[in-house]
This record gives sequence, C-alpha cells and structure tokens, in this order.
Amino acid sequence: MKLTLKIWRQKNAQVKGNFETYRMDNVSPEMAFLEMLDSLNKRLVEEDKDPVAFDHDCREGICGSCGMYINGHPHGPVPAITTCHLSMRFFKDGETVWIEPWRAKPFPVIKDLIVDRSAFDKIQIAGGYISVNTGSAPEANNILVPKNVSDEAFNSAICIGCGACVAACKNASAMLFVSARISQFALLPQGRIEAKARVRAMVDKMDEVGFGSCSNTGACEAECPKQIKLTNIARMNREFYKAF
Amino acid sequence: MSKVLFASISKKFVMALAGLFLLTFLPVHLIINLMLLKSDPASFNEAAHFMATFPPVKIFEVVLIASILIHVTYGIYLQISNWLVRPVGYVSGNKSETSFFSRFMIWTGATVLTFLVLHFFNFYFVKLGLVDGDPEDFYSMAHNLFKIPAYNYIYLSCFILLGFHLFHAFSSAFQTLGLNHRIWTPVVKKVALFYAILIPAGFGLISVTLWLFR
Amino acid sequence: MGKLNSKIPEGPLAQKWTSYKASVKLVNPANKKKLEIIVIGTGLSGAGASSALGELGYSVKTFCYQDSPRRAHSVAAQGGINAAKNYQSDGDSIYRLFYDMIKGGDFRAREANVYRAAEVSNQVIDHYTALGVPFARDYGGTLNTRSFGGVQVSRTFYSSGQTGQQCLLGTYSSLNRQIKQGNVKMFPRREMLDLVLIDGKARGIIARNLITGEIERHAAHAVVLATGGYGTIYYLSTLAVNSNASAAWKAHKKGAFFANPSFVQIHPTCVPQLNEFQAKLTLMSESLRNDGRVWVPKTKGDKRPANAIPEEERDYYLERRYPTFGNLVPRDVASRAAKERCDAGYGLGETGLAVNLDFKDAIKKQGKKAIENKYGNLFEMYKNITGIDSYEEPMRIYPAGHYTMGGLWVDYELMTTIPGLYAIGEANFSDHGANRLGASSLMQTSGDGYFILPNTVSNYLSNEIRVPNISTDSPEFAETEKEVVERLKKLISIKGKKTASSFHKRLGKIMWDYCGMIRNEEGLKKALVLIKELKDEFWRDLKVTGEYTELNQELEKAGRVADYFEVTELLVTDALNRKESCGAHFREEYQTPDGEAKRNDEEYAYVAAWEYAGEDNPHILHKEELKFEEVEMKVRSYK
Repeated sequence: MKLTLKIWRQKNAQVKGNFETYRMDNVSPEMAFLEMLDSLNKRLVEEDKDPVAFDHDCREGICGSCGMYINGHPHGPVPAITTCHLSMRFFKDGETVWIEPWRAKPFPVIKDLIVDRSAFDKIQIAGGYISVNTGSAPEANNILVPKNVSDEAFNSAICIGCGACVAACKNASAMLFVSARISQFALLPQGRIEAKARVRAMVDKMDEVGFGSCSNTGACEAECPKQIKLTNIARMNREFYKAF
Repeated sequence: MSKVLFASISKKFVMALAGLFLLTFLPVHLIINLMLLKSDPASFNEAAHFMATFPPVKIFEVVLIASILIHVTYGIYLQISNWLVRPVGYVSGNKSETSFFSRFMIWTGATVLTFLVLHFFNFYFVKLGLVDGDPEDFYSMAHNLFKIPAYNYIYLSCFILLGFHLFHAFSSAFQTLGLNHRIWTPVVKKVALFYAILIPAGFGLISVTLWLFR
Repeated sequence: MGKLNSKIPEGPLAQKWTSYKASVKLVNPANKKKLEIIVIGTGLSGAGASSALGELGYSVKTFCYQDSPRRAHSVAAQGGINAAKNYQSDGDSIYRLFYDMIKGGDFRAREANVYRAAEVSNQVIDHYTALGVPFARDYGGTLNTRSFGGVQVSRTFYSSGQTGQQCLLGTYSSLNRQIKQGNVKMFPRREMLDLVLIDGKARGIIARNLITGEIERHAAHAVVLATGGYGTIYYLSTLAVNSNASAAWKAHKKGAFFANPSFVQIHPTCVPQLNEFQAKLTLMSESLRNDGRVWVPKTKGDKRPANAIPEEERDYYLERRYPTFGNLVPRDVASRAAKERCDAGYGLGETGLAVNLDFKDAIKKQGKKAIENKYGNLFEMYKNITGIDSYEEPMRIYPAGHYTMGGLWVDYELMTTIPGLYAIGEANFSDHGANRLGASSLMQTSGDGYFILPNTVSNYLSNEIRVPNISTDSPEFAETEKEVVERLKKLISIKGKKTASSFHKRLGKIMWDYCGMIRNEEGLKKALVLIKELKDEFWRDLKVTGEYTELNQELEKAGRVADYFEVTELLVTDALNRKESCGAHFREEYQTPDGEAKRNDEEYAYVAAWEYAGEDNPHILHKEELKFEEVEMKVRSYK
C-alpha cells in the first residue's frame, strides 16, 4: 500500500525542527510500524540523506524504548500495544500518517523522534526501591503475601516506563507512571516499611523535574500499552496524604 | 514539610476539598431558590434573611467565599502551569479516549466564575451594601431579573456548563482524595451524573418558569 | 594449555564455594571507597553487580547503551527463574538442579561453576522477593512454582510471562538506591568501544556518548563486562535489535580468550518471519508447549488452511519421535526437529518455514477460559503481530537464535584471561555447557551479579589498594582512543552504497544456513569463504551517513556489524573444530542412526578457549579439559 508520512525532523536539541513529508510506495501490511520506518531509513541512507532517528530496542513490547506519537495517539491508534508491535495492517492505503515525538517539557527532544526520558529515572532514584542489602534478605517464604495483593502489585509493576502516559496527558503529567511504581511497593509488605518516605521523595522529585498535575481525564489509562489503571493514582494520593 | 504543602498533589487535594464543599452548598442554594416559585415572597425572603443573619451560616459563608477563592486560584494556577509543561503541542491533535468533560474544566469553570461575578453584583454585593438595592427583598429582584430574556439565556447556558463541570468534578474529587473503591467508585460516578443533571435542572426550572410562565 | 588456570578450589564439590569464600582475600571498608570498578551493561548481572559492589562500598561506574538501565534485554525474559528451594517437596535439591544443568548442557560445562550457580539460586529468590519482585503466589501467600522443559521437578519461580522484566525492575531499583547513595555513577547512552590495558591489566574503557558523539575515557581498577550474548549474528533473533557483541569482542582482541563460541541456542517457539524488512523474531514462551501440540501436514506442500486438514493427515512429529517427552523435549531437540520437517518440504506458508502449534485439543479438554488464564497475554501478543486468533486456528512458529552459551572464558572467580577484567551473565561461557535449560539464564545471570562476582573481586582488588586513582591521561588511554577514533572515521570514509543493516542481514543468512541448528563440514567451510567475501565487500561498499561527533545510529550499527564478521569467523572455526554433536551444536556427520546427537567424550570433553593472535593470523586454540568428579557422563535421551 501507499502512505504519506509526515515526520518531525529536528537535528538536535538546540535547533528548531519541522515536519518532512515522505512518500512510501511499497508498504506491506505485514510490516511492523518500526520496520516500515527501517525501510524508509534504508532508502534515506542510500540517497545520502540523514535517516530518521528513533529509540527502539527489544521490538517485542517490553523494554519501553520505542514511543512515537502517531496520528493523535501515543504508540498509534491501536490500544494496549507499543509502537514496535503496531502492525501496518491497521493503516489504510493512501493514508497520511503524522509521526511526532513525545511532547513534554521534562522530555526534551534529542533528535527527531528521540526524547530524553531521564526524568523518569530521576524519580525512581529518589525513592523507587526497597532498602535491602544483597545477602541480608530473609527466607522468601517468611514473607507471606495474599495472592490477590501480589497479583495487584504485579499489575502495577508491569509498567514499561515508555512515557506514553505523559505524552497522552493534556497536562503532561507523570502521575500514572509514578503511581504504578509507588503502588507496587505500597501493596507489598516488604515495601510498607519505607512507604512514607518513598512517596514523599518520589512525588517531590516528580514535581521538581517539572511534570504537570493530574486532572483525572484518563488519557493515560486509555493509551497505556500495559493498561495500567487509574486506581494507581488514587492509591498514590492516599499514600501521599498518609505520609504527612 | 513546606515541600509537602506545595506539592502538586497537595494543591489538587485542597482544590478537591474546596470543590466538594462548594458541591454541598449548591443543593442548599437550590432549595432556597425553589421558594421563588411560590407566589408569596415571604418564605423566600425569610430564608434569605435567615441565611444572611444566622451566625453559624455566617461562618459557613466565610468558608464558602474562601473555598471559591482557593478553588479558582489553584485551578487557574495549575492550569497555567500545565499549559507551560507542553510548550510544543501535537500537530495531529490529541485523540485519546478520555472522559469528555474533563478536557474543558478550565473553560466550564471560567464560565461559572463569570456568572458568579454577575451573580455577586446582582445579589451578594447588595447584601454587603456595595451595590444599591433592598437586601430584604431578593424575591422581587430575582423575579425582575428573570423577566429579562438575555438574563435567562446567560443563566441557562451557564448552568448547562456548570453541569458539565460538576459531572467531572464530582467523581474526580473522590479520585484526587484517594477515595477509590472497587464497589463505591462506580456508585460515585452514577451519583455524579444524577447530581450534575439535577442541580442545573433545578435552577433551570426556576429560570424557565419565572421567565415564560409568570 | 598452560595458559588456562580455572582456579577451581580444592575440596568436595559441595564445599568449594564455602571454602573459597572463607579463604578469599578481603579489602577493608576504608580502601573500598578508593577502588573504582567499571561495569558495562545493566541487565540482571550488570545492574546486580553494580548494586552489590556499591553496597560493599566500592566506587562503581556503570554504563549502558540504552537511555535507561531498566531497558537492558534481561527485561524480555518470559518464563521464569529456577531455584532449588524445593518448596513443592518434589525431591528437588541443589544437587538435582546442578545435575539437570550439567545434563541439559550435555556435559560441556564446568562442574564447580554449575554447582555454585545452583547453590546461590536460593539466595537469588530471597533477594528478589525482598526487593519487591511480585513473583506468582499461592492462595496461602507462599511463592508458587511451575515446571519447565527438560526437568522433572517444579522449581521455576515466575511473574506471569514477564519474569525477566520483574527481576530487572527489582535489580534496577537496587541500582537506583546505590546511585542515590552516591556509590554508583550511572552513564546511560554510552557504548564501550574498547578496553584499555595498562601493564597487561584492565584499567579502563573508551566509550562513545551516543547523544553527543563525544569519545570518553574512563579509568578503574577493574572492569566487568555484563554485556550479554552475541545471538544477533543471525540478524533475525529473539534478542533486542541493538544487542551486540562488540564489548566482549574488543576485550577478546585485547587478550581475553573466547570460549565455545559455536554453542548457540536456537529457540523452537518464535513467530516466523513475515516480511523481508523484519528486524526481529518475537519469542513465544516455551511454556506454550505444555498445552500446544506441534504438527505439520503429512503431505508435502499441503497449502490448505490448518483447520481444513483432517486429524489423520497431520504429523505430530515430536510426539512421534519422542514418545516420553513428546512436545516437551528440550529446546535444541525441538528446534532441530522443526527444521528437519521444513527442510524435508513439510513446512507451512509461502516460505515453508513454519510449523503449527495447536491448542485445539487443550481448549477442548480444559476449556477456553483455562487456556486464556495461562497464556492470554501470549495469544494477544501473537494476534497483534500476525492478526491470527490462536484460539481458533493454530499458531505458526519457527525456531530463532536466542541464547549464546559460549562467551568470554572465565575462571572460577569469573575473571577472564586479562587480569582485572571480569565477564558475568550471558557474556561468559561458564554454566550452560552446550545447551541451556529454560529459566536457568535468569538464575545464573542474577547469581553472577549479586552473589558471586562481589565475593571474588576482592581477591584481585586486595592487591590493587596501593594503586592510586588511575589517570586517563596515560599514553595507553591516548593510544586506545586514537585507534577507536580512526576506526570510526574509517567506517564513515568508505562511502559505498550499502547500509550496515543490509550487510548484517546477509551475514545472518549465511550463519543461519550454514551454522545454525544443523552444521556440517562442507557448509561450515563454505560459510568461512562467504563471510570473508562479505566482510571484504563491507569494507569496500559500506555507507554510513553523518559524522561520529553526533548522534548517529547508522554508525553504531556499522561498528557492531564490523565486529560480527570477526565473531562469526571464530564461531564457524569453533564449530568446524568440534567434530562431535553435543547440545545445541549438531554436526550432521556425528549422529546416531536415528538422527540424535552423538557426543565424543574421548576427544571433545573440553572447553575450546580461543586466543586472538592478530588480524592476519588464525586464532590459537587452548583446551580446558572438563573433569567430572561428581557426575558420570551419560547419553542424553528424551525418547
């Protein structure tokens, strides 16, 4: 099939960017979205032009590297998948596809579609851990966790840190990401001991690096490739008030 | 500690609390206003008089005004900060599936605020003695206002937008306060819908009745 | 042979690690702060080692090429992590776990290392649990386990189909704690381009900042490579697209021996290639074979849709060939059997390179709901990729390159043949022999990083406390940096016509065809010629746009592909040298009459450790004889 791509091109963080138009004449519906971009890049290199830079790695939806804003949606119009799993089957012949980087002040563009997501790391460094030294852990089955609690912690823990929640939110808020991490630890008995200090430190860092606030619109939940729930945000709020 | 007080979540917390307080005030106001439908002005004017003079209500009034100020100030402050967090927008727009009314809270809120200013000039400032008028006869003042078609247009559209605002606000406040529950959250959402229809409908009924049928 | 000293402690197998720890030289806490350690890679072993070393008080500098340490490819491991906890009271023990690994590895791994990996496995589970890794639990609140291919006990701990992700996030959190405490300094988006040796010891690295293109020098008292495997030599594999062999290969060229490079595991259940631009083959967890039945049509070239083929015209070839283990034979056996059927013309689809994995019977027996509970996320993933609903028709699968048992040669202390250079996790060769069993990679890589390396480095570093902070101004750093820059410039200056990926793809095809699941002398010799030709063409006709002083993904790829040519030459050489079939290494010439692998224990019960001898000289083979004191070498049979 034939497609028209409108891709954000920006040489580096210092210069202004703009949209470039690329025509693709031979896109197979069996391709994955990133493979379609690979084929564009192959052509660009052969034409001695600068290929489109984008983050990607595992290409199986788990590392969280890839992320593009495609036709009004982070990770494209199909729910619950990452860009690397987005198949070209979901596009129509002759369609125009807009491809933009994540847009948020704490996620500055590095080049083309690559943004700097180190703000996420900073939040986790601030307190996203349980303080236990290697070798000092108790026997695993001494810590009993009810199955439903453990499953719920798992459902929060599957966040891949891709940043789609921030990209989707009209406020560029990172609440879904931060709350997923906080929920995992808050639910498990191992994490309760430091729960207060953790939520304060992480929320403080989240504000400091400059993410917006939450207005409960639910765009994050709708776009999350791992379907992390809004209930995590309510839980984080609760944990935060308890931490006074 | 100061960090905790000024955290984004704390600001939302205060906003939600203030908002919830305002939510409790609306039905009270509506009940009093419904007395406008009576042909005898006495009961309405008595209620208005009671509200203006009974000491506990005076405290309520202070909290109410403070709530409005806090809710509005934080609302505007947070909105501006949130706009600044995305200096470059998306050309392809934002097509994410969201609760529809949540996207326009600042605009529905601003409309309500504009109406509130008008409303203050019409009544509240009269009571305070800042604007000419008889604070003991709000009944006639209200009846006179509802005779003006333009006033009714403004009044009705503002209340429709208030309904939009309330619909998202009601359940959103619970979420912000961390009050989320497997069973109760869906109930809250239903109550929110009921509330968001009932309040504007009640006020609208008064407007339409006084305008067209009296 | 004299060059290899595996430093295995004396004493009975079960006591070796305890007695080693009791006698190892230590570094006092005040001195640890002054000792710097560089760790390359932030998967389970790299991030685990960084955390543990940081907790001990060393000054750690950790590097990864990803934008965040949380994205290292350990994240993609699905099935689980083994440990000898014996929570099920099903007769499991450290010894049994050790024995299963030795047998699964077809008796080509070092006994002492494997035993130790089994020994620390329980501590690994305790640690992850304490870190908040949400392993699956039973209703009583205790940890749950499941069974995995090739073993008879239930010892695999898991978090749904995302065990690697959960373990990695746990490890990432402990790394974060050390970063916050200032013990670890994190350098993301850096690629190690060479190792710096001073007086024969590993003293630092040259890295490229992938954002600015800046070439950086970093010094340390020891360097740890936790850079994973080299399975991307096949181009299409289950590895991350940017996973590469370069760091290990650069270390090899500086003197670290490379062991058993031909031992590469091909995973039997992956989504087959769908188009020519495909960059990756997605793994479908091995656990699917618990309920899925593998079959091909009995008639050659039968192109009817799967559901239209009646039962009697289907060949359930695994059940036919291996009645005891059936669809649950180990990975190498399942992969070869699929290839055998497809090569014989029974494969599915346009390419003929796929077999069916059918859940029809399982759904009939257990109900759709039960299957959905077990594999829902995998079925969904499969549908996303292919558009096929596997509840209605069979999945199509085909083997793909997955894991490299071979790697840098290390001694018992996990040190390579370069003093001060360590290799941990998949980057070393030590624990899986010629074939790895499912769920033992997370176990080994976590053990290496958290529990083994932090105990062994002090033996070396205790002699380094008098070495002051190493300056990066030394001529050795300058010289290595110059070489690195010259190579980058050379790659850019070729200005040919073909992209690095196109060469990679062609190289992958050569490797897959001649040095994949089934190998023979003629094919391997042909591969050597083809690789050489392609390598020459690469250095003549490569095209890299942009400069090395900026973000340049084409240049990154080109550097990695350039190394793959050299890695594959050695891999094929090793495969040619090993004139036997063992584990994943199957030489057509050496098989039993019914087509099973035939080992040659008299001549090949050794680790082949290859020494780099310069650009134009052949590699030198060193043999580490494998002595089995505890176990008896048997024929591995799953019939």
